[in-house]
Amino acid sequence: MGIMDFISIIIPLTLAAAAPIISASLGGLFSERSGVVNIGLEGLMMIGAFTAATVTVLIESSLGAISPWIGIFAGIIAGGLMSIIHAYVSINLKADQVISGTAINLLAGGITIYLAQIIFNQQRTKAFLYGIKKQNIPVFAKLPVLGKMFFSSVHITSYIVIIIAFIVWYVVYQTPFGLRLRAVGEHPGAADSMGINVYKMRYIGVILSGMFAGMGGSIMVLTQDIQYTYATIHGTGFIALAALIFGKWHPIGVLGAGIFFGFSQALGVVAYQMPLLKNLPQEFFWAFPYILTIIALVVFSGRSVAPRAVGKPYEKGER
Amino acid sequence: MLKFVTDEKKQKFLVPLLSVLFGFLAGAVVMIITNINPLDGYKALIKGVLGNPRKFGEWIVSSTPLILTGLAVAFGFRTGLFNIGAEGQLIVGSFAAVAVGILIKAPKVIHLPLVLMAAALAGAFWAFIPGFLKARFRVHEVVVTIMLNYTALNLVNYAIKSLPGSSNTKTVAIQPTADLSSDFLSKITSYSRLHWGFVVSILMAVLFWYIIEKTTFGYELRAVGFNPDASEYAGMKVDRNIVLSMMISGAFAGLAGAMISIGTFDYARVIGSFEGYGFDGIAVALLGNNAGLGIVIAGFLFGALKAGSRAMALASVPKEIADIIMAFIVLFAAMNYGIKKLLVRLGKEAK
Amino acid sequence: MEYIIEMLNIRKEFPGIVANDNITLQVKPGEIHALLGENGAGKSTLMSVLFGLYQPEAGEIKVRGKKVNITNPNVANDLGIGMVHQHFKLVHNFTVTENIILGQEPTERGKINIKKAAKEIKELSQKYGLEVDPYAKIMDITVGMQQRVEILKMLYRNAEILIFDEPTAALTPQEITELIEIMKRLVKEGKSIILITHKLKEIKAVADRCTIIRRGKYIDTVDVKTTSEEKLASLMVGREVSFQVEKEDSNPGDVVLKITDLVVRDSRELKAVDGLNLEIRKGEILGIAGVDGNGQTELLEAIAGLRKVESGRIELMGKDITNLPVRNRTELGIGHIPQDRHKHGLILDFILSENMVLQTYYKHPYSKNGLLNNEAINKKAKELIEEFDVRSGQGIYTRTGAMSGGNQQKAIIAREVDRSPALLIAGQPTRGLDVGAIEFIHKKLVEERDKGRAILLISLELDEVMNISDRIAVIYEGRIVGVVDAKEATERQLGLMMAGSGPDMKEGDF
Repeated sequence: MGIMDFISIIIPLTLAAAAPIISASLGGLFSERSGVVNIGLEGLMMIGAFTAATVTVLIESSLGAISPWIGIFAGIIAGGLMSIIHAYVSINLKADQVISGTAINLLAGGITIYLAQIIFNQQRTKAFLYGIKKQNIPVFAKLPVLGKMFFSSVHITSYIVIIIAFIVWYVVYQTPFGLRLRAVGEHPGAADSMGINVYKMRYIGVILSGMFAGMGGSIMVLTQDIQYTYATIHGTGFIALAALIFGKWHPIGVLGAGIFFGFSQALGVVAYQMPLLKNLPQEFFWAFPYILTIIALVVFSGRSVAPRAVGKPYEKGER
Repeated sequence: MLKFVTDEKKQKFLVPLLSVLFGFLAGAVVMIITNINPLDGYKALIKGVLGNPRKFGEWIVSSTPLILTGLAVAFGFRTGLFNIGAEGQLIVGSFAAVAVGILIKAPKVIHLPLVLMAAALAGAFWAFIPGFLKARFRVHEVVVTIMLNYTALNLVNYAIKSLPGSSNTKTVAIQPTADLSSDFLSKITSYSRLHWGFVVSILMAVLFWYIIEKTTFGYELRAVGFNPDASEYAGMKVDRNIVLSMMISGAFAGLAGAMISIGTFDYARVIGSFEGYGFDGIAVALLGNNAGLGIVIAGFLFGALKAGSRAMALASVPKEIADIIMAFIVLFAAMNYGIKKLLVRLGKEAK
Repeated sequence: MEYIIEMLNIRKEFPGIVANDNITLQVKPGEIHALLGENGAGKSTLMSVLFGLYQPEAGEIKVRGKKVNITNPNVANDLGIGMVHQHFKLVHNFTVTENIILGQEPTERGKINIKKAAKEIKELSQKYGLEVDPYAKIMDITVGMQQRVEILKMLYRNAEILIFDEPTAALTPQEITELIEIMKRLVKEGKSIILITHKLKEIKAVADRCTIIRRGKYIDTVDVKTTSEEKLASLMVGREVSFQVEKEDSNPGDVVLKITDLVVRDSRELKAVDGLNLEIRKGEILGIAGVDGNGQTELLEAIAGLRKVESGRIELMGKDITNLPVRNRTELGIGHIPQDRHKHGLILDFILSENMVLQTYYKHPYSKNGLLNNEAINKKAKELIEEFDVRSGQGIYTRTGAMSGGNQQKAIIAREVDRSPALLIAGQPTRGLDVGAIEFIHKKLVEERDKGRAILLISLELDEVMNISDRIAVIYEGRIVGVVDAKEATERQLGLMMAGSGPDMKEGDF
């Protein structure tokens, strides 16, 4: 296959794979910037995906093409609600944040299939018809060269997520809210002494992470599948965490990292068509994104620039 | 009342007990919300475990790998490491056991221990990677171990298909000299799949306790787990201990894999996704308070949930309720330890 | 108005402890009022109540004669109360401006207007003579400038009552003089100041009146001019205090530790120790005086083996230990009382007996063939806590984290001294301890010296260094800039050297 064909196939695949990663990773950014580790992103994506799929299936017969968008909205809400558990356990009860996140993952895994069984009588949701399909982006698709490469036959959600990444950058680095959020994650004592409510900021950070992860899961199931199953998310929430570290907790860095990981997943899909790579076993390509993540972490572990107070519960009166 | 609750010895009992209680309560709430009678559900659960000798045998079968993954995760915890990679370590251990069981010919007295050692070594190797990366490059083990889980899943599936005689879904049977199963045990439990693995798991729990509490190495592990800075001050080789600890943790998980492939079955299977023993091990470790005896008890509890939940399906309760209950138990245990930390502070300030 | 701030009968409790027990503090407008008490007496707690970080269980607060309820720092700010904290509350990777405006950011259509903020801060800093660079990041500026940022934080919010919490811990004597000038200037501009401190000299230098608290209780309020330092000290402690440590002259022997041209980098890759030379002999206490941040910490870590040496030599009794691992050095005869007892000195989750063998657990009789010998361990632990009067709730079975700071420190000292090390290095051995524990530890150090040990003492309290040491070396920017006999040293002389303006010392002078 020629190089132009390769590019025009791999770009939409990359963008489609990247969008959920970027979305969940931005969620992780809000949480960790406020000082709370959230490894429950995987479970929150599951909840978002399941909710989006279920809602879409249930309303599509009456509402048609707008259903998946309502589904995404529902997924965002579901992720936000579930993350409140993590917020309460980590912030108020000061429990170990990694364990709490793991519990969220276990819970989401169980409850999504449990509800699928109850609602649909099977171990998965019913298939929906109205997913988010590829399309040509109006206006942009007509651009010479770039139009065919980037804006034809892609999911519009990919670009929505990219725009959101820039918005997140603005909020975190240019607004008072962003300054206070970062202060709470670096030195909660300083923020507290300036009258900022540390608990409240951390709750907001965690709930935002739930909403963004929910959005990521919703987009994932609606663009890449026809229903929610136990295998829908397959570790993407954890790849999002790696993207956060790789992107140095910066929205634009996360954007870049997400695209990078999306590309590695896309490569796995088209590899069988490529001259040299088609001789390698399928399993290798399925494992490739995960191996790549490890290598990326090692290469970029260097000087950790995580928010200084991340993972430490805040206690008033600590000098 | 405050004094009762702040007494640290009593807390060791109370926290797990309360967590289990609340976990089952939460499960009941979920059942009620979805129009299922929790009493029916829990009755089915108990019958699914104790109803007859075969179910009883299956209960022990389900518990055996959970005890071992629990030991794996707990060993990591004691050293300050979060080993979420038990799932992947279990998969490579499972494969190594079967590979040695198929490819090598030897009398049972050699073959069986060899097979078990292969599983332990494979698991140790798979855990060495995150341990080494942490010690050398300060990469946090959580994401690395999870990535390795998925890597193991895919690579081992390929490896299984590559063994001589394998179909697309499983390998050939291992030789009888490498088998943990026992006709004797099977007969006395009405033909369940009960095998000698449960003895192995209990022995490992004793070994776990011994290493951590009685040995000099265990003292160093606990020190590093609590305070790596002070351990460095005391001249301990912190990095070396991190790697060793991960390897031992992985060895326990590898053995868990062997329990499944040469105990419950006698071949390796190609699996589409994780079976969850490794993640459940986290719950077992937490509930068992990272101690040998607690882990055995917690292992049997969660084993009962797993085994019994299949029977719950007959009462129209989806078997995933077991996962939900388990998740709530973990959550409550995490909350409880958080509360416990507060209470310890209370107790300390009171002095 | 007679008083600008009144805290009347304040009671503040924490679980199991009454930090403030019926304390009354009355501050006149335009005065500098000192709040004096030992470590742990309750001064910071009282001020945290005033600043809205804590709520009192009982008592009332009046500001400018009106009763108020200060529920959080914002309310305190609105009332014109501001606090300069002892441990600066600054976000290390924010700029000076961002730290000052945090919580009260000037905005323009939702976006922070940094230029406007920086301009306002420049004006403020010029008005009060507080020199800062608005665009510098906190992690790149000096401690002195960081403190000025803390002060500006309050002035930006139009504070009229300024609380200074132990402001001089990290300053040279010269910077302390500058700070005193700043305080006097602030008062001239109409501000009132509450100064929390345990440093009597500073109270005498700048305060008008002084309130003393002891163990949470109010003791007295005195006029500073007419009260001597000795009287202040005895009010603070509750008995006669002697400032001098009883000791005989030292009788130094052979050289135990010899450091040549040592270069050590800190965690930010900067040279913390930069060509340092030093010698310590048997039977003497060498104290190292210096302002925090001049390389003392890195020097101590390099000697102990906790930090890599870039170049230079460290010799212990003639043997080159520059690159030896920690344990080898311990076995050759180094005892280390670390600066941070919770981080390095103890494992708080271990029980006391486990901590007492932290350096020796692997040796006979505590370990045999890889197994621990708990009987031997417990026996040794019991001996040590008796000999050194280490008190704890359940004896050797106490969880170490539950012990008081003083007893934790005594345990560390017991452990290190018991091994009879040829060289004992002590970093801030009495930080945060009450007078009784301090006296005990000073006594022990002199005892060890008399037994022939070499002791290297690093302390930020100049008084302590001058009291105990036989010789005093001053460290400045990673080098020893002067060594003097303790009997002849004056604070002024040491202060000058600590600030880098001492006479040039040539090689071989010490």
